[in-house]
Amino acid sequence: MGLETAVAHGAAHDAQHEELGFWRKYVFSVDHKMIGIQYAITGLLFLLFGFCLMMLMRWQLAYPGAALPILGTLLGEARMPGGTMLPEFYNELGAMHGTIMVFMGVVPLAVGGFGNFVLPLQIGAPDMAFPRINMASYWSYFVGGCVMLASFFVPGGAAQSGWTSYAPLSVIAGSGQTWWLIGMVFLITSSLLGSINFIVTTIQLRAPGLSFWRLPFFVWAQFVTSFLLLLAFPPLEGAAVLQLMDRLAKTSFFLPSGLVVSGQVLEVSGGGNPLLWQHLFWFLAHPEVYVLILPAMGIVAEVIANNTRKPLWGYRSMVYSLMFLGFMSFIVWAHHMFITGMGTTMAAFFQTTTMIISIPSVVILSALVLSLYGGSIRFTTPMLFALGFLPMFGIGGLTGLPLGLTAADIHLHDTYYVIGHFHYVVAPGTIFGLFAGIYYWFPKATGRLMNETLGKIHFAGSFVFMNVIFMPMFIMGLAGVSRRLYDGGASYAHAQPVLQWNVVSSWGAWGLALFQIPFIFNFFWSIYRGKKTDANPWHATTLEWSAPSPPPHGNFLTPPAAYRGPYEYSVPGAASDYSPQWEAAKA
Amino acid sequence: MSMEIPYTVDVRPDTGLTNGKLGIWLFLASEVMLFGALFASYVMLRVGAHEWPAGATYLNIPLATLNTVILISSSVTMVLAWASLAKRDFSRFRVFMGITILCGLGFLVIKYFEYTSKFHHGYFPATNTFLGVYFTLTGLHGLHVIGGMAVNGYLWGPGSALWKTDPVHFTNRVENAGLFWHLVDLVWIFLFPILYLL
Repeated sequence: MGLETAVAHGAAHDAQHEELGFWRKYVFSVDHKMIGIQYAITGLLFLLFGFCLMMLMRWQLAYPGAALPILGTLLGEARMPGGTMLPEFYNELGAMHGTIMVFMGVVPLAVGGFGNFVLPLQIGAPDMAFPRINMASYWSYFVGGCVMLASFFVPGGAAQSGWTSYAPLSVIAGSGQTWWLIGMVFLITSSLLGSINFIVTTIQLRAPGLSFWRLPFFVWAQFVTSFLLLLAFPPLEGAAVLQLMDRLAKTSFFLPSGLVVSGQVLEVSGGGNPLLWQHLFWFLAHPEVYVLILPAMGIVAEVIANNTRKPLWGYRSMVYSLMFLGFMSFIVWAHHMFITGMGTTMAAFFQTTTMIISIPSVVILSALVLSLYGGSIRFTTPMLFALGFLPMFGIGGLTGLPLGLTAADIHLHDTYYVIGHFHYVVAPGTIFGLFAGIYYWFPKATGRLMNETLGKIHFAGSFVFMNVIFMPMFIMGLAGVSRRLYDGGASYAHAQPVLQWNVVSSWGAWGLALFQIPFIFNFFWSIYRGKKTDANPWHATTLEWSAPSPPPHGNFLTPPAAYRGPYEYSVPGAASDYSPQWEAAKA
Repeated sequence: MSMEIPYTVDVRPDTGLTNGKLGIWLFLASEVMLFGALFASYVMLRVGAHEWPAGATYLNIPLATLNTVILISSSVTMVLAWASLAKRDFSRFRVFMGITILCGLGFLVIKYFEYTSKFHHGYFPATNTFLGVYFTLTGLHGLHVIGGMAVNGYLWGPGSALWKTDPVHFTNRVENAGLFWHLVDLVWIFLFPILYLL
């Protein structure tokens, strides 16, 4: 291409950018930043919606059978006659809360939102490697989300078989389950397209000088996460196809011979295996746990390095731990199935791998804690959330160990202890990490800072109420109260001494909702009224802060390059306390 | 800064890959996991079954053998189509890609006759788990054949306009489509013995 045509080409390009209409710019956008924001906002809305489902359930758990004032009657006779929740509706809420939070809330926000917005900027790329596939990924997610929401309105309501959809219950369940499966196929397709894009972008589009060992930890976390999504989701897609066949074509992949439903032997060919579903489901869903947590660890690492003004402690061992974690996560899945009657040899194998996988998690968490040592910490809102993440994830992780030991798991399996454990990992763990990321990168996306005072109120309230919700669950679980009980255990004698904790937990949930109001207000207010800021308000070192805030189409004003590692804070002899990756060392 | 995405056509020197080539290999990896999970399910169901019919009880081995030959041939013509482009011979590409698409079509027609003869005898996915596995796996594979044919058809027809403006890019696309087509072929090479012969 000659110089003249190149210039003409460039001019045509610029003109084309200015002509982008509303639809192409904000709706059917191929720009990774806009897609990231679309993912993040849709994900946040689903998180709020999933939280609302849970608040309804918490009413029933705290006050079983009591009529819910006002809202109860609005939900209609089919769901809450006279304001009292029907068991079927409770099951719908439970199944959809889990599905929405995991597949439509946290993952789209953590991977689709932060990954899309931040990753190309951090590696100095003009966009993702496949922008149109990126758009397809978002819209596939959107359609999957709509199918899931629509399932609430089909006859018999949404899926009721838990977020795990265990067979044979899910195979004989109402039509909502078919919608759930179709929705999952769309969500899986979305993850697949997204993960291919992330991996290719990371490998191919790194700026000159940005070798793998100069990548920010956040990029590494997204990179490993993408491999988990790429390789773990297809088996669930296969499982969804098999379950759809069971439901629609009347095959018996998951139905054993002689299954009795409502006193009648089910008329199917039989010979299937219900445990097959569990294996296929957990083969995805255990790596999925790391899909939920790794991006949050990545965000927390960025925020901690920036706010301690120190390099991360043990960056390389953290990266090696990530890779090891990603690999090991594929061979621990059956620790969810210890009480299915598997042999002791198998149980011993999965118990061992489970203990081994806790080591890299501990390495990463310890490295993050050690990074604080000797730093001059700035207690900004993102830093508060990142600091909150550390003990919360610590509690979540340590309470997981007894579940990984077969003997202890016999007592704890399917109790509220399990709920407490994984919510500590995902709610005050991952979601705090995500909040940290929102406060941290908001100025990059909008050119304005979020309000610090409202942010600190949001943090303090959330931190307290998260613990009020989830700490009682350990007490109830240790007392032997099962999860998924419509009355929260009220009809069980052994649950009587701990029932009052249901009330505490429920008021905690409503309190948590109250403290999200400052965040929601702050989010929208700051878009228009937040304090204006320059390209690098946090004095950070990674490449995304060399682009203007917000970055234009194509991201960087000059071709970016990296001259140093990602966390060169407080380098002895340097002029300032941060040495950005994009500044060449002085001769 | 320019909006051009680097390495869509040229190879990145330090990785030796174009974006598309890496992307298609990752996609194939996920496909291997999809069919791998389904093959594993087949093994688990078969091992747990009280009795498992021999494939020949229900299925037509000669037809499936013919289909295997057709699909392997189409993989050969797919390579020849790509090789023609590498030698800058667009009309030969047209011929070989056309044969590849026709082979795909032939495979599906034979599959159609197999399916209808099963239905005619009253064999359905619900009849037993063997037939359930047969219809599910071959059906999913058939969808992949249709997907591959759609891509190949696009590259044979409207997509080939790219040859005039950017021949290297077009050749890369044909190569990537070929990689997918070989996977479709490979899956069948697994399906044929486990369903028909074992």
